[in-house]
Amino acid sequence: MANLKTVSKKSKAQSMGMHTEVLTGRTQQKFFNPDEAENFYYFGTYDVDFNKRTDLDVKDMTAPEANKEIDNLMSQGYGTIVIKNPQGKHSLGVGILNKLNLIFEGSLGYFGMGSCDGPIVRINGRVGWSCAENLMAGKVVIEKNAGSCFGAAIRGGDLICKGSVGARTGIDMKGGTIIIGGDAGAFTGFMMQRGRIIILGDVGINLGDSMYDGTIFVGGEIGSYGSDAVDSELTSSDQDWLKRKLKVAEIGENFDVSKMKKIVAGKKLWNYDNLEPTEKKGAI
Amino acid sequence: MCGIAGLIHRGKSSNVGSELQGMLQALKHRGEDSTGYALYGDTDGKNFIMRFKVGENVGEGSSSIMEDVSVYDERKKVVDQTLAEMGAKVIKEERTLPYSLRYEIDYDVKDLLEFSQRIESIPGVEILSMGKSLEVIKDLGNAKMVCDRYSLDKVVGTHAIGHARMATESGVDIKSAHPFWGYPFSDVSVVHNGQLTNYWNNRRVLENKGMRFMSECDSELIAVYIAEKMRDGATLEEGMKASLTGLDGVFTYFVATKDSLGMAKDTMAAKPLVLYESDDLVAMGSEEIAIRSVLPQEIDTYDPFDGEVKVWQI
Repeated sequence: MANLKTVSKKSKAQSMGMHTEVLTGRTQQKFFNPDEAENFYYFGTYDVDFNKRTDLDVKDMTAPEANKEIDNLMSQGYGTIVIKNPQGKHSLGVGILNKLNLIFEGSLGYFGMGSCDGPIVRINGRVGWSCAENLMAGKVVIEKNAGSCFGAAIRGGDLICKGSVGARTGIDMKGGTIIIGGDAGAFTGFMMQRGRIIILGDVGINLGDSMYDGTIFVGGEIGSYGSDAVDSELTSSDQDWLKRKLKVAEIGENFDVSKMKKIVAGKKLWNYDNLEPTEKKGAI
Repeated sequence: MCGIAGLIHRGKSSNVGSELQGMLQALKHRGEDSTGYALYGDTDGKNFIMRFKVGENVGEGSSSIMEDVSVYDERKKVVDQTLAEMGAKVIKEERTLPYSLRYEIDYDVKDLLEFSQRIESIPGVEILSMGKSLEVIKDLGNAKMVCDRYSLDKVVGTHAIGHARMATESGVDIKSAHPFWGYPFSDVSVVHNGQLTNYWNNRRVLENKGMRFMSECDSELIAVYIAEKMRDGATLEEGMKASLTGLDGVFTYFVATKDSLGMAKDTMAAKPLVLYESDDLVAMGSEEIAIRSVLPQEIDTYDPFDGEVKVWQI
């Protein structure tokens, strides 16, 4: 077998400047240098001032109109925006790739705050299905309940629901932290790949079904374990981390984390290697 | 994907026709092939109300075969004759559309099964609902179109369920539209969002037990399944709980009777439902915006969990 470290032949893609990361294993892979973060920006993001605040009443707006107006306000430098009368509309606040304080005075429908990277959001109501789907970074706090697929496929950030959530919370999540103050439905952590889920209440059937990796902490009763989800020892560092997270999340500050259960992947379903396709080619 | 909505006022009546229209119209993006209403109106409870059709809506988008309108009159005549033969007296007759009729019938019905079988033995005739409070109105188009067509916005009652349909596994026609009457039970109706995968197995079993199916829509199975359980002595809630294991697939459905409204969600919780519950009103729908159409103020709602069954009384 060829030694990966000695493979020197560059592919066409590499000669074009692609795939030039130093690969030292998937979990250590660096996608950009933090020292160069200043130079890293999204196209179309704005320099906003958190002290510059405004209200936006979306009662008579469609979701695209409301989202466009949020973008417009950010372009004017508003760093704190209060959304009035969201009234359960779908897809509000999606695609915000900016630092921003966003406050919803009311409830959101489906796909609220989807595909965001960076904003700090507080929703003083309830959210429907797939809230904060694909969240990359930032913090989203929901004061009441949430629907199913809460935090589906998130990559980073903190997603906090102070009430209860529906089924398939954290499905396919690849990073970040989801914190639930109440109960969670069936298939929580279904196929999760990384990240952490904390549930202070009870959780439904098939918890962590087919999870690849990541950790789930449960404070209440578990309906049943999913395939390949197993108990693990709750360490003192886990407890310290839980206390810190719950404090930041403004819920369960007095919760006895020492009695929480820790669930991880049994890794019996792992039937793949951890090589990138380019690495695999070299190995062969 | 379809959308469902329902509401029940506890201890009072309200303009349920208009309210349900608003809820279903808010869900029209989930499907507007057809829309159906099951309205439980305020009546004196003396006479039966029979909603039935003698043909299909063959308008744009319909998958039904075009018929000469004259056959509707022929079928109506046979229905009238059959009712007379059974000793049923038609107190009031309304013909909203050439193919859709509403009769108020004075009849001491001992067995709705036999009554229904005789009426439905007439080719092209289907009873949409039969009851002393229930009226099922369903037709092609979105909620507002159907509401306007049948003047439903003024209907006053205690509770109602409805359905906005995106046709997937059966035709775009009235017979496949929801709600389904819980044949042969008076005042029982069902709406469903989802897909049942053991439809044919259950249908064969239930047909062997004497139950009737009018369409090939999988959702009809729920109405028939629960009706059969109730025929065997189960309560509505017991029948609904049995359905969680007896029906395979993904579903959220509502069942209404003369004085109650229930919801059930499958054990995988694959289909959405948002619920608002207070002392005097329960409103629920596939999406929160449906509830917002009757309660625009900030309210507390939640998603029922997997395998949950709830029943409310008026």
